[in-house]
Amino acid sequence: VSADYDVIVVGGGNAAMCAALSAREGGARVLVLERSPEYERGGNTRHTRNIRCSHAAADQFFSGPYSEEEHLQDLIGVTGGPANLDLAKLAVRESSKLPAWMSAQGVHWQQPLAGTLHLGRTNRWFLGGGKALLNTYYRAAVRKGIEVRYNARVEDLVIENNRFEAVRLTASSNGGGQELVRGRAVVVAAGGYEANIEWLKRHWGDAAENFIIRGSAYNDGMLLAALLKAGAKSMGDPKGFHAIAVDARAPKFDGGIVTRLDVVPFGIVVNRFSRRFYDEGEDIWPKRYAIWGTLIASQPGQIAYGVVDSKTIDRFLPPMFKPYRADSLEDLAAQLGLDPAAFASTLAGYNRATAGNADAQMQRLDGLCTRDITPKKSNWALPIDKPPYYGLPLRPGITFTYMGVAVDERARVLDASGRAFRNVYAAGEIMSGNILTKGYLGGFGLTIGSVFGRLAGREAAANGGA
Amino acid sequence: MAGLDVIEEAGRQLVICNACRYCEGYCPVFRAIETRRDFKQGDVFYLANLCHDCRACYYACMYTPPHEFAINIPQILAQSRMESYRRWSWPALLARAFKNRSVTTILAFGVAALIALLALAFIPSENLFRAHLGAGAFYEVVPYVAMVAGALILFFYGIAVWLRGGARFWSETSTAARTPGGWKTLASALGAALGLRYLKGGGPGCFYPDERPSGVRRFYHALTFWGFLSDFVATALAFLYQDIFHWLPPYGLTSAPLIFGSVGGVALILGTGGLIYFKLQSDREPAAAGARGMDYVFLVTLGLTALTGMLTLILRATPAMGSLLVLHLACIAALFITAPYGKFVHAVYRTLAIVRYEYESSEAHHHAAH
Repeated sequence: VSADYDVIVVGGGNAAMCAALSAREGGARVLVLERSPEYERGGNTRHTRNIRCSHAAADQFFSGPYSEEEHLQDLIGVTGGPANLDLAKLAVRESSKLPAWMSAQGVHWQQPLAGTLHLGRTNRWFLGGGKALLNTYYRAAVRKGIEVRYNARVEDLVIENNRFEAVRLTASSNGGGQELVRGRAVVVAAGGYEANIEWLKRHWGDAAENFIIRGSAYNDGMLLAALLKAGAKSMGDPKGFHAIAVDARAPKFDGGIVTRLDVVPFGIVVNRFSRRFYDEGEDIWPKRYAIWGTLIASQPGQIAYGVVDSKTIDRFLPPMFKPYRADSLEDLAAQLGLDPAAFASTLAGYNRATAGNADAQMQRLDGLCTRDITPKKSNWALPIDKPPYYGLPLRPGITFTYMGVAVDERARVLDASGRAFRNVYAAGEIMSGNILTKGYLGGFGLTIGSVFGRLAGREAAANGGA
Repeated sequence: MAGLDVIEEAGRQLVICNACRYCEGYCPVFRAIETRRDFKQGDVFYLANLCHDCRACYYACMYTPPHEFAINIPQILAQSRMESYRRWSWPALLARAFKNRSVTTILAFGVAALIALLALAFIPSENLFRAHLGAGAFYEVVPYVAMVAGALILFFYGIAVWLRGGARFWSETSTAARTPGGWKTLASALGAALGLRYLKGGGPGCFYPDERPSGVRRFYHALTFWGFLSDFVATALAFLYQDIFHWLPPYGLTSAPLIFGSVGGVALILGTGGLIYFKLQSDREPAAAGARGMDYVFLVTLGLTALTGMLTLILRATPAMGSLLVLHLACIAALFITAPYGKFVHAVYRTLAIVRYEYESSEAHHHAAH
């Protein structure tokens, strides 16, 4: 049976485009099937900002060296040890080649953003962010003769005897009819399943209805399900996701970076019963900010409220949605829909536990803590006593899910017995569970996507051409 | 959108930009956003005039329509610019040009037609339509006094309205008592303005006429600007020759006024032609409808001024010279009279916005150093 393409790439984000461009470099006829319309192309990559890369020395954009050893230790530090150490080492090692390759595709760079200078040594910023990066990749793809189809919803993979034959898709271009496209090899880079609320409900129950999905609404895990159905081995905790605190007024999907709130260490956080539930001053942002999504997901109603006063309101990144504002605590509680008496009592208790505290030093762990109160606030514990008072409603904002399919060091998808499919490759979020099991290292999602995307594209081209 | 709605909508979008900051590397607008928390009219007008409409941010933004955040910074800042131009212009009757571009068009055509009619009425046709040679040939057609008086009146009127607007820009966009920058800061700002530093999209070029970055807009803008300056120098030199040295035009082909004039004229024709050509093809999505129309009126007036000037020069020994000279003077009059009521004003406000930006950033560095 003749194949329509040497390599079919399912997905349209960073990993998919790295795979497509690399497969094309290997001489393959490449088709990219992006499920979204053109203006939303690129999945969660649209919301990314920088990429973490090992490098031996400082240059125009890295403020200092970042060795593979240090890079790996950082990864082990946040994840508590990758699921597959060999693949983690591979990602860390190959990451050093990414800046040059990306530049060759036409990517422009810039100095780190103000306020993110702590990442200037380890991460590299592409000019304009993820959508600009995607635009560059798509321009390169068109220039190099890669075919891209938008609104192409791949519903299933035809895999027989361990071999990929074709993708089954519906496309608006053929009136929504079913279509079979044959390929010699397939790279599945279609993201995670965090936008599939029904899937999340299997693990989180009705709480999942209250989650906000920060990225693409198209990441419903259809391809992950197809691979698992075809016998692929899964990797990672199916309940696990990376989540931060976002404004409860954020849109259900695709709100991206602007809905995040940095309010937590500047005041206190209470639940819908006006009770504090965790140490707001545990560690410096951004190290611990990623735990707040999961913390709020475990609170009743999956909602919480950050509360600050006029002393600190101007000290964190201005939020997109206006904070609720009142001259009295009772009035603020009423605006937030909380019981004014319970709210005032929590604040009074907290203010007693912080009486006399002043001059918080936000740039370091200052040890300015509460006394005789549970939970403790370990740092930056200033009384909240200078009106006007401000409140921000918080919900868990899911960034990505951890579970994916197992791959080997050639990016081939593995079955339950650990045997590789003959011509099925995976890259990006759909396989990041091989490396990330919990926690997150800023910019490392793109590192995994780029390294394994390029690897999958090269391998698929070599395989598909044979 | 009415004026206040434009400011409010710009404020809504800028707050979202301030929570994002992904575009920080593109241009000073985003770096200036970061030093503010809310965006009142003065802030919006300052940022609107600092924006060079390079459109890099529009194509990089994941929140452009149909996303519900509906961010379109080049468009809302273009609309805000129109509001600011109108607010700072004078008198109110003519300032309406920034709401209704037919005012500018009528003004341009009206003045040009008036000049042509005056010429037809007062210059005997046997004089207008015959060849004139030798020193003072031009003034045999249009009397020297009429030419100079008309030009000076229009020129100084335009400059006066510009200065008035510039002063209002400076006072209304000032958000706090800022220490004035030194000469070095001012020089850096002028360098940025003259060198079109911010028409580079942060490196790869303007995203113009479509979503691919390119250098075409900066190139044709540079041709237009330097062409205009060269013609301005030519005019000043001619004035010097004539009124100080008493050398009457026309001047020889290798004379300084002629070299500056013809180099500038060719550059202006190519520059305005290129800008019009690419504007016609350019993406409408990030544009503001009223602003585009105003751009065309300015570019066409400027281009025709250069074209008629070059034709007058080339055909100055023929009977066509008289009518071409009248046409050229009509174009110059149209250009000058619309200077305070059309796109020409961007030269004033954008330069001042860059100066303010340089002052603000040098002040920020100053604070950071302490």
